[in-house]
Amino acid sequence: MKYRYAVPGDDFSLAGKASAEFKRVLGQLGIDPAVVKRTSVAMYEAEINMVIHAGGGVAEADITPERILITMADKGPGIPDIDLAMTEGYSTAPEWIRELGFGAGMGLPNMKRNADDLRIDSKIGEGTTVTITIRLAAAGGAA
Amino acid sequence: MTVGKIVEILDARIVTGGDSLDFEVGAACGADLMSDVMAFVKDRVVLLTGLVNPQSIRTADLLDIRVVVFVRGKMPSEDMVAMARDNGMVLLSTKYSMFLACGRLYEAGLRAGGVREIS
Repeated sequence: MKYRYAVPGDDFSLAGKASAEFKRVLGQLGIDPAVVKRTSVAMYEAEINMVIHAGGGVAEADITPERILITMADKGPGIPDIDLAMTEGYSTAPEWIRELGFGAGMGLPNMKRNADDLRIDSKIGEGTTVTITIRLAAAGGAA
Repeated sequence: MTVGKIVEILDARIVTGGDSLDFEVGAACGADLMSDVMAFVKDRVVLLTGLVNPQSIRTADLLDIRVVVFVRGKMPSEDMVAMARDNGMVLLSTKYSMFLACGRLYEAGLRAGGVREIS
């Protein structure tokens, strides 16, 4: 099953809406609540990043019995140093984002902690695509 | 600790979810940074926060946190209340500061932080 969500980049109050909607879908499918939580946190952090840094983008999700695959693609400025960006506490978010409860430099580490596999493809000036894989218990993966 | 007890200890105003006063929580987390909440919260907690925007409700929703207390007398907007109601959440508002609100709950016996081990 495939799902697609547009993530608007101009209204921070809407950031996370796609993740919340996808969480409902996962709940309705009867997926283990612990897996739903991991998926939601990873996707939400990616969605917030898209809004903060890239002016929004598109979130796509694909569910098979073996795994949930989430692809978050934006046309933002790209990430110059992904290793540095993965460091807990490192953030380039502006001060106003911190006042909104984010920008603590925990986003990418949070994604990594919750995903079974996290891939970040980024090109300066072209955009970033974050691919999150969550294995489902039916396939014998981590749940 | 029940939501009703939290209301009493924090002299809190029930913004929404007044029908869930019997709901039990076993741990509490006080934070204004939602990324920290997502990074560390493990169990079902009552979230105490000074962050009053839709992200505090959304973060709670995504982590299955059913009770949120806004400290320092802050009140959520109507949009936030509607969102919380849709999700079956309880929203409370207390005049106590973050420190005092957390301290009062701790003193009343709510001791667990509900967070993963921090190395």
